[in-house]
This record gives sequence, structure tokens and C-alpha cells, in this order.
Amino acid sequence: MAQTLLLQGNEACAEGALYAGCRFYGGYPITPSSEIAEYLARKLPLAGGTFVQMEDEIASIASIIGASMAGVKAMTATSGPGFSLMQENLDLAAVTETPVVIVDAMRGGPSTGMPTATGQGDYMQARWGSHSDHPVVVLAPAGAQEMFDLTVKAFNIAEALRLPVVLLPEAVVSHIREAVRIPDPGEMEVIDRYQPDDYEGNGFFRRDERGLAYPPVLGSGFHPHYTGLAHAEDGFPSNDPGVVRKFVEGLNQKVAKNLDLVTDFEEEAVEDAEVILASFGVTGRACQHVARLLRKQGHRVGYFRPRIVWPFPEARVRELAHTADTFVVAELNLGQMRLEVERIACGEARVVGLHKVDGSMLEIHEILVKVNEVLP
Amino acid sequence: MSALTGRYEILLSGSGGQGIILSGIVLAEAGIAEGRKVVQTASYGPESRGGASRSQVILSREEIDYPGVISPNFVFVLTQLAADKYAHTVSPQGFVLADSSWVEAVPQNLPAPIIALRLSEEAASRFGMALFANVIGLGFFIERSGVLRAESVTEALARRVPKHYREANLEAFTFGRELAKQQSGQ
Amino acid sequence: MPEVFVKEFARTQHLPTIWCPGCGLGTSMRILMKALADLEVDRNRLVVVSGIGCSSRMVGYLDCNTVHTTHGRALALATGIKLSRPELTVVAAMGDGDAASIGGNHLIHAARRNVDITTLVLNNSNYGMTSGQTSPMTPHESVTTTAPFGNLEHKFHLCDMVKGAGATYIARASTYHYMLAIRLVKKALKHRGFSFVELLTQCPVYFGRFNRMSNPSDMLRWLRDNAVKYVPGKEKELRDEQYYIGELFRDETKVEYGELLRQLRERVRSWEAKRS
Repeated sequence: MAQTLLLQGNEACAEGALYAGCRFYGGYPITPSSEIAEYLARKLPLAGGTFVQMEDEIASIASIIGASMAGVKAMTATSGPGFSLMQENLDLAAVTETPVVIVDAMRGGPSTGMPTATGQGDYMQARWGSHSDHPVVVLAPAGAQEMFDLTVKAFNIAEALRLPVVLLPEAVVSHIREAVRIPDPGEMEVIDRYQPDDYEGNGFFRRDERGLAYPPVLGSGFHPHYTGLAHAEDGFPSNDPGVVRKFVEGLNQKVAKNLDLVTDFEEEAVEDAEVILASFGVTGRACQHVARLLRKQGHRVGYFRPRIVWPFPEARVRELAHTADTFVVAELNLGQMRLEVERIACGEARVVGLHKVDGSMLEIHEILVKVNEVLP
Repeated sequence: MSALTGRYEILLSGSGGQGIILSGIVLAEAGIAEGRKVVQTASYGPESRGGASRSQVILSREEIDYPGVISPNFVFVLTQLAADKYAHTVSPQGFVLADSSWVEAVPQNLPAPIIALRLSEEAASRFGMALFANVIGLGFFIERSGVLRAESVTEALARRVPKHYREANLEAFTFGRELAKQQSGQ
Repeated sequence: MPEVFVKEFARTQHLPTIWCPGCGLGTSMRILMKALADLEVDRNRLVVVSGIGCSSRMVGYLDCNTVHTTHGRALALATGIKLSRPELTVVAAMGDGDAASIGGNHLIHAARRNVDITTLVLNNSNYGMTSGQTSPMTPHESVTTTAPFGNLEHKFHLCDMVKGAGATYIARASTYHYMLAIRLVKKALKHRGFSFVELLTQCPVYFGRFNRMSNPSDMLRWLRDNAVKYVPGKEKELRDEQYYIGELFRDETKVEYGELLRQLRERVRSWEAKRS
């Protein structure tokens, strides 16, 4: 029976992982993500799964890549400092087409920063933290229910596109408690590992017409070779310029060729809006509150929040840039998502930033002041 | 409370280990049981015990967009630090409860009434532990505000506290309600 | 490589190897192949994981499930594979820089957890792939490209370290001691728990050339002459260049991690069954 429980964001994330079929967690403790590990340490054994506390974040992500290559859905959770350590192997997952889910619960500030405070400073790191061009999809939940829903979605995208998916909650979302509805089994779609029956000429990494490759699970009767080196369709290293170009381009076109799977945003009253408040995560909910408040007062203000922040919903933002005069981009960093909006709006609409980096949430009056400045 | 959405905001603040977070969770669960939309958030320092901690609960009849407290209808302060920081944020329609066992300088000239009771001392003498101060406060708040039914809160409380402290917690809650009744009688 | 087991185990289309003439890694690979063939390990259920470096290229030539990971991370990734699929035979093959330097933390903790992984450290005393820099296994005063006046540091006693960390099978041999090495790798593969074999191997092109042993046979002689057979209870003072060979440690009493995990799942299931 579907049930509704008061759950902390992190607990909802762990429940979402279990619902999606995650049966391996390898992680290292760090605030504000640790409740995900603690919850799964209790729940995974009963589900027949494995919880292992690894020696550091480098080992954590390595262990989940290993588990996933062996066919078991796997995840880890961390915060900014640990996420920095994970970047090395994040693109190993990307180039070996290995689905994994990584939660980065964002604390405030750079370096050790403010462990128990909130922030959104990892927006760019989530996309560009690993070296060179690599695909990654990033989801930003705004509350406990989305911690559940988007965790399930993260696993589905990881399995469908065979890549690392990052769930990027702010600390506030990790620790918020809200009523969470846990659906019945089968109610929400769960995508499991797909493996062809045969690989013609050992083309374990050959792409189909959607640009996707489905290398075989370890121990499934094939003899695949996984490597972080640039490789050909058979998985073996190559320095041939034609092969290498195909390797890098193919890898990075996966997301662009499947935008239908990775476009997810929420918007309100944007059609006739002069000013659009754009934000992500729980910061977006503050913007939603303000947009509603100003609408009631007769102002043409709308609200836009991507749930999938990478790839950024470029097509939709370009449309909105044609109709709106101004975007106010509100975020708990010094303007990371604003760069994306500016790039896409490209002179079509004015882009104004509202940024806060003191470890606390944006408050309603702070947003009101900024919007009043730009209202015609 | 906003008449339009029924948004009701609660801010509990004290020191780590005083049971502030648990009280927030109990109120949120009671809210769910009564079919409300709820959000509970907390802020805290690195310490598990001591340090400043804050727990906020929002109850609403409609979906809650902004999960932060804008203008709390009820503020409960269990330390001087909390009193100085949060008492004045109370909504003119609300009230403040201060545990004067710890809050020696009770804030004055607030936009709403403030009630100061020696809760920790009462808790220690009646129930053996100052820790019950927050549950007494909870009983007081529920009786005075009527924002949730006492039964919903006691059910949530019974579920959330350790078995061997259940009775004492329920008694402390009832005692808090009695205090509120005496107050309104005065 | 005429024997049947080599043909069976090699991805022959990817031969010859990238290794230099006289390199000991071919012999090392052959030792591993022979041990696996003798034990008739099912290649469909065999996973060999490596890190980065000359020796880590070995996995590309083994016809089974192979994973060439990032520098130092082989054991962390192998832990994920073995714990999620305990029925697989998991071998980690690493170089000395890979295992003792960048992957040192993972080595310590893999040994401590006692996960059933057979670890092979192919110690050629330097970073060969990047052309001969100092590794944690480079002997004191040896010359490398980053120790042009001789190595100031001392080499790691890796077998002692993994013993302290909790490994339950530890052995050492060299490419010179070919038959012994095969016997030890076989024992390591059969051992249930974290097993560790250090195999000293020659790198004549980089380590040898800078240390008056550019001829591979000079290096093999060096490996032969410094080896001391380990006899339990008869330990003696070794000179810095000397090393013990043979089975150094074995503990059959410590329960393997995967088995503990299996028992935990059963225990939790029976608690849950009683509760409901």
C-alpha cells in the first residue's frame, strides 16, 4: 500500500533509491549527506543489498562503479568536499558508460566552508568538475517529495543513458521534513539494466541510432574490456584520430540526442510575464512564493525552476527570453546558473542576479526588494 | 495565521539537546494526521549538545511553497540567546513563550504577548528532568493556540519518544495544557 | 608463447604487448595465466581489475572480464564488484606506484576489510610507464629520473604493511622464481579472504639502465641473488636489498567480509520475520 510519511529529505532520497532498485551503497560520512548512508545501512541488508563504508570518497565512487559494472544498481552520497574527490572517477563512469547515482548535498561556501549551512555553490562543479568533455545529468530537488521522485528519476536516467547522474540538493533540502508519498511498487516507472543478447563482432561499446551503447555486465558470459582510455567500439584503447573523435563526440552527443528524457522544469504564470524569477532547488520555492504574491498584487511576474539543471532547459529559456523583459536569477552562489541564463537570453532579455552566500536561505523580503528594483 | 491559506508558522529555538528538533517533528506529524500540509526545517551548529538550534514548522491548508518562516505565529525560546534573536520576529497575531529558567532578561515591547514561565525548573521538580520543559511548552502552546488537536499531538508524541519515557512525556504535555488554562483563567 | 593455456587466456588479436623487450611483465602475466589455468577458473566468471601503469595494461591481454580503472583505484572498484557479485572470482593486478603510492589508502583498507580479492602487486621498483621516476618501492640510493643523485627515501615493506592492515594471505616471489610464483598465486587464488602477492619484476629499460643493470639478465640475477627463502621461526636480519620469498603469512580463522555480509542479511531477515 502506498503510504505517506513525514520524512527528512535524505530519508526520502534513500527510500527513492530503494524503490528504484538500488542494492549497493558505498560511501564516506559527510554533513549534510550522512543520513542517506545511515538510512541505507539499516535498510539495505533486508533488501538483500550491500552497504559498505569506504575509506574515502574516491573509493566510494570507485566501489559503486564496480558494483554497477557487475549489474547492481548503485549510489553514493556526499557533500562538496567529497564531491570534489569524486570527480576523478565520475568521468570514468561516463566513459565506461556505467550508470551510477551520486548525491551531492550542497553545504555553504568553498573548501570546508559551512558544513551545517546551506548553499548552491556546486552548480558548475556538478557539470564541469571532471576533466575534459564528458556527459553528466544533474537534478535539483526542491523538497522531500522531490528527493524521492527525482532519486527514482536519477536512477532511470542513469540506466537509460548509461551515465553518471548527480542529485544536487541544498543542505536545507537534505534536512527538510515533509510529507512524502511513497508509491506502490509498479506505480512509478523503474528502468532496469538493458543488455542485448549478442554483440556483433564484440562491439560492446557500439552506439545505436539514439547514440546509446550498452556494454555487458561483468560475469554475464561476455568478455568485455572496460577502460578509461579513449577506446574503439570493441572497448580497446586506440590513438587513431578517427576513432578517438568518434569516442569523444559519441559520448557527449548521448544527452543532446535524448533531450526528451532529460528535460524537466516547473513554471508558473510565465506566458505574459514581464519579469521571470528563475531559480533551482528549494531557493526556487522562495521565488515561487514571491511570484504568487506579486501576481496577486497585479504585477506580471512569473516563475521558472528547472528540476533537471544539466542539461539546462535551453530551448524553453530561449522561448521565455523572447516574451519576458527580465530574468531575475536567484541562487545561493555568486551567479553560476545566471551564466547559463545570460548565455541563452543573449540580449533578448535582461538578466539580473540575486545572490546570497552567507549559508542561509534567501528570504522573501530579499527577493521582493530585488524584483521591485526591476519591475517596470 | 493567514486566513487565505491557513499558513501557520512555528519557531522553536534553544540549545542542542533540549528537544527542539523532536518537538518540531511531533508537531509536523500531528499536522499530517490532521490532513495539513507541513514543512519542518531545522538549523543547527556543529555541536550535538549545546550551541544554538532552531526548529521551524509550517502548517497549511494549501501546498507550501516557501518552506522558511516569514512571520511566526508562535515563538518558543528556551535560552537567552534564542530569546534575544527570535522573540521580536513574532507576528502581531501570535505569541511568545519563554522558559524563564534560562531566559533571565525577558524581551519587552514585542509586537505580541510574551509569556514567561520557569519551565525547566518545573520539569526538573515534577518529572525529574529539565529536558521535559519543551514538552510542557508544547502542551501550553497547543492549549492556548488550538491550532492542532491535543489528541493528534499526544499520538505523535507517543510514537516519537522512547517507550520508557512515554508516560512522563504525556504527563508533561498535560501539565503544559493545565498551565495554559490557568493563564487564561487569570 | 606456445602453451595451450596462453592461447586460451590471451586476447591474441591484441598481441604483441606494449611492454619493452626484456620486461618482466610478460613473465608476470604468464604466471597469472598459468595459475588461473591450473585451477580451471571459469573465465566467464573471472574479473581482473587493474589501475594505471605498465603492469595495469595486462588486463587488456587477458581473455576474460577486465576493467582498467583509474590510477590507484583498482582495489576500491574491485571491492564493489566482489561485494555485489560474490560468485565472481576477482583479481586485482597493480604496479608498485599504483598500489603503494596513489592507491596506498585503498590497499590498507581492502586488506583490513578482508574482502575475497586476490591482489597481485607487480613491483618493478619504479614508474615505468612515465619513464622511470621514483616509486615508493625504489631502493634507497637507486638512481631514477626524479632521483638523479640517488633516492633519499627508503622503500616500502609492503608485505609487512598489509599484514598489519589485516590481509589474511601474504606471499612474495619474483619473475626469476617462476615456478614458486605460480604456486603462490594459486594458493592466493584459493584463499578465501584478502590475499596479497608481491611479485618483483625487472624493468631493464628504466630502472635497470640507470642502475647498471640494463641487460635483463643482470636484473634477473639481481632478483635471484637478493632473494632469501622465508622459513617461519628462522627470521634473520636482511640487508636493505635483500627480500624474503615464499608464503609469509596465512590466517584461515578470520571470516571473509562477503561471508559476514551474507550472515548479516540472514540475521536481519530472521529478525524481521519474527517481528511481523
